[in-house]
Amino acid sequence: MLAPAIEVKDLHKTYGDFEALRGISFDVDPGEVFGLLGPNGAGKTTTVEILEGYRERTAGTVSVLGFDPGDRPRALRARVGIVLQSTGLYGHIKVREALAHFAGMYPHSRDVDEVIKLTGLEGKERSVTRTLSGGQLRRLDLALALVGDPELIFLDEPTTGFDPAARRAAWDTIRSLKGLGKTIVLTTHYLDEAQALADRVAIVKDGRILAEGAPRELGTDGGPYLIAYRNGDGQLVELQTEDPTAMLNELTSEALARGERLEDLTVTRPTLEDVYLELTASEEHGDG
Amino acid sequence: MADVLTLAWRQYRLERRLFWRNPSAAFFNFLLPLLFLAFFGAIFAGKQHDLNVIVPGIAAMAVMSTTFTALAYNMVFLRERGVLKRIRGTPLPGISYMLGIAGNAVTNCALQIAIITVAGRLFFGIGWPRDWLELFVFVSAGVVCFASLGVAFSHAIPNFESTPAYVNAVFLPVIFVSGVFFDEAHAPGFMKGIAQALPLYHVINGLSGAMVKGTSLGANISSLGVIAAWAVLGIALAVRGFSWDARRS
Repeated sequence: MLAPAIEVKDLHKTYGDFEALRGISFDVDPGEVFGLLGPNGAGKTTTVEILEGYRERTAGTVSVLGFDPGDRPRALRARVGIVLQSTGLYGHIKVREALAHFAGMYPHSRDVDEVIKLTGLEGKERSVTRTLSGGQLRRLDLALALVGDPELIFLDEPTTGFDPAARRAAWDTIRSLKGLGKTIVLTTHYLDEAQALADRVAIVKDGRILAEGAPRELGTDGGPYLIAYRNGDGQLVELQTEDPTAMLNELTSEALARGERLEDLTVTRPTLEDVYLELTASEEHGDG
Repeated sequence: MADVLTLAWRQYRLERRLFWRNPSAAFFNFLLPLLFLAFFGAIFAGKQHDLNVIVPGIAAMAVMSTTFTALAYNMVFLRERGVLKRIRGTPLPGISYMLGIAGNAVTNCALQIAIITVAGRLFFGIGWPRDWLELFVFVSAGVVCFASLGVAFSHAIPNFESTPAYVNAVFLPVIFVSGVFFDEAHAPGFMKGIAQALPLYHVINGLSGAMVKGTSLGANISSLGVIAAWAVLGIALAVRGFSWDARRS
């Protein structure tokens, strides 16, 4: 068994009186795509920025590739690639020049042309960054994070603001990174993104993890079965049960005894979307 | 250590390339003091006393604009645009990065002093500097002082859009009150008092001694002391308030 790439235990972070993180724990295995899913202001960015070494934690233990990111060891930074939510670059630097420059900061960098190809920046090599579109800049962000050939990649809301085609392209790139054996930590407030990319998802809200597991498990093991039908008066009846077989047996035998039909009978299990919406139901629209 | 210096050198070379590619930086940091020198040289043509004041004055102004002004601008830009944060996520040592940035400013300063010195000899009749060592000492002291004050001042600037207002609110009054454009001996007493408390006056004094008057380093040692005191304050504030992250609120 390989040691986890990331171990987080009972992580707390307070800003003044505000408790941004109230005891977060999770592990990420090598080669895994781990998604932190939650509404804005849930604590996703605070969590990853502690893992990236940008912020100091208030309490708890954190290990990233065997290092404490709070010490900001250079050996760790050489093995990690970071795509932040918003970062700028010199406006007058050219794409290839920027990648070559950043490659020189790492002990074992990737071939610059390979990274350009992987991120779809072909044809833009000699463009100055301030002439790039938003989507191209985002791809350059990813390219700069990959040029050091990191084992672990942090992607903080990598597709926010993308059009659907650009999102699909970014997803393909992220899948190809997984194919290269990279460990990826992804934050997103898009449910479909977490579902499409992550091997495991933690749903974060108000600084806590509300649910954690594979996207499919979260949907199906996370809640009870829902049985719905219309009674004799035509009213919709909804029942929740852990044991649908017994309840159906009961309902159907009673209905047969009365000579009624259970109109519109359905048995469903909650999807990840249902779990997510239920867990984050009282969400207030905040920022951060 | 070798690695730290190699990376600093790479960063420095990138900063130099990008400096010339950015026309507004090249103009404000580089051409403006030289334009001032040309204008005032033309205005004071033939008046040697005035030229003896203006050449070391513009030289001192160049020290301030290439370090204080340029670094205050740069640091706010790099911080607010997230460049510092991005750099902090890489294995590039912070010291290598800062050496590259500072080296760029020092190069601009050295080039300007060289151009002004040659112009002083060729066009403004002040001859070659009387004391090269004194010139070097005062330029270096001025660079350390104003570079650290520039970084320190960047901490007080809340966003990039307001940077020109903040920087000029300091730079313009200081160059006028400190006697870049006139002989401080003719200034009213209160102005002299303010000027003497500020570092630029003392850089002008030292450069004037080195380039024109031939007063020795020893005679200007108290000026060096004032510059050093401001440098200590500047370094302390530059380090203390340093933030790699943009100010959001």
